[in-house]
Amino acid sequence: MNPVLTTLMIWAIGWTSVITLMKVTEAQGRSKHVSDLVVPIIFGATLLGIWESVIWGFHVPQIILPAPSSILHKLFTSLPTLGADFVQTMKGLLAGYILGCSLGFLVAVLIDRSSFLQRGLLPLGNFVSALPIVGVAPIMVMWFGFDWQSKAAVVVIMTFFPMLVNANAGLAASGDMELDLMKTYGASPLQTLLKLRLPAALPFIFNALKINATLALIGAIVAEFFGTPIVGMGFRINTEVGRMNIDMVWATIVVAALTGSAFYGIIALIERRVTFWHASYRQKH
Amino acid sequence: MISSRGRLVPIVTVLASLIVVWYFSAVGMNWDLQRNAFENANNANFTVSDMITGTLNQERPRLPAPHQIVAELNKSVLQVAPDSKRSLVYHSIVTLEATLLGFAIGSLSGIVLAMLIVHLRSLDKSLMPWIVASQTIPIIALAPMIVVILNQFDITGVVPKAVIAAYLSFFPVTVGMVKGLRSPDLLQMDLMRTYHASRSQAFFKLRLPSSVPFLFASLKVAVAASLVGAVVAEITKSEDGGLGARLLAGSYYGQTIQIWAALLAAASVAAGLVILVGGAERVTLKAMGARV
Repeated sequence: MNPVLTTLMIWAIGWTSVITLMKVTEAQGRSKHVSDLVVPIIFGATLLGIWESVIWGFHVPQIILPAPSSILHKLFTSLPTLGADFVQTMKGLLAGYILGCSLGFLVAVLIDRSSFLQRGLLPLGNFVSALPIVGVAPIMVMWFGFDWQSKAAVVVIMTFFPMLVNANAGLAASGDMELDLMKTYGASPLQTLLKLRLPAALPFIFNALKINATLALIGAIVAEFFGTPIVGMGFRINTEVGRMNIDMVWATIVVAALTGSAFYGIIALIERRVTFWHASYRQKH
Repeated sequence: MISSRGRLVPIVTVLASLIVVWYFSAVGMNWDLQRNAFENANNANFTVSDMITGTLNQERPRLPAPHQIVAELNKSVLQVAPDSKRSLVYHSIVTLEATLLGFAIGSLSGIVLAMLIVHLRSLDKSLMPWIVASQTIPIIALAPMIVVILNQFDITGVVPKAVIAAYLSFFPVTVGMVKGLRSPDLLQMDLMRTYHASRSQAFFKLRLPSSVPFLFASLKVAVAASLVGAVVAEITKSEDGGLGARLLAGSYYGQTIQIWAALLAAASVAAGLVILVGGAERVTLKAMGARV
């Protein structure tokens, strides 16, 4: 069949089904969350269909852009390699993420009583978040070697400041009325911190945890561009690009994308469980 | 004014203590290297002060002392001609070109897409979830591949780097702009309807002006992301120079001082760009009658 025709047909089918689905759900006024879920899925599937038909129809060489089916095939045939890469990258990522976030949180709690340190450190923290921190990767590789420790160090530096700034803002988020109430109870500063201010800071802390989930993955992958043992997602992307194995690169990117979304999703899920009392979740019920 | 004066002393104190800590760490981290150097030179009777001056003036230290980086910056910024390949000004300009081109493409297409999303419900329903989801994936992983793909089409030079920079700055602008264009509340939209305003009038007189603060907030994020994109692109495509290429070359040849100087240059470019966008924000908001 004519490739142009096939592509247009796939697009038309996808488009009409989205439009009809939206009309049907709007007319019924219910099952809204079903359409919220189904419409983007149809859209994604349509895009993949167009991609697939364009690649085969116009004989696009594999080296420029492999078809989704060949990427999927590569993904499933090289699971052991991809699995080893995933484990290697996750070692640096998780170690750095946990260490960086806890350090940021601890420093935020420590400087909480000193307005002098807050005024000195916070503008610095805000400034650092605009810098291309991934650039410290070569230095960390020199200091901590090729293995995951150097990647963890990059991730620590990337995640520290967002957590510091957000946790500090969170600790200032309790209302005057609530603080006064704690005072009338005769609560010690530690009690106020544990029973009022930390719970009130949780939405801010989770915000930082979510920002950091993405940052940590970026840091871990880019740090691997600067040298690794011969395993890791960033290493795989960089070498397979050099060897023109573009389908393997895409397979690794699929793994990285799934990892990122899953990481973010898990944090968001925990947030929903822990801060169920917060206005942004209550409104929806 | 009071708030900025209230901040100045603490910031200077923090920075000063940072530099002190830096000097102590430099002595500590370069200690072993220096002792080996003295022992190799058969110089057994060195004193502690010899060691300290030695650790702070090595050619390839593990951690260069601040004054070494300042000297390197002085050498590579002021002493060589700005068009020389050894000049950091030259490399900064290469990076800046890719950053600005990418930032322009990325933020313009982000704004256009946000307008489409706000006005076409089908696009909003189908595309927006993907844009939000794409924020959670490490887009930077695509950088090496974009360079290769564009190379196949004989597109080289600044464009591939700008495409990566554009790609990174595009998402924050789209998300922020959609939020901004939707920020007028129901009452204001109803008022436009009672005025019998057309869709384009409602857009230009209400939606667009109220989106400006959101736009500038995301432009600040986008310009920083664009610089990160350009630097990472230069790591994978280092033949044209640029700060990323400088970082890579420094890490290949163990030139730590050069790496730190390139990092500081990147940091000042980033700071300059964010300050510029912030200035544009203040001017625009003031012209629109906001009290800042």
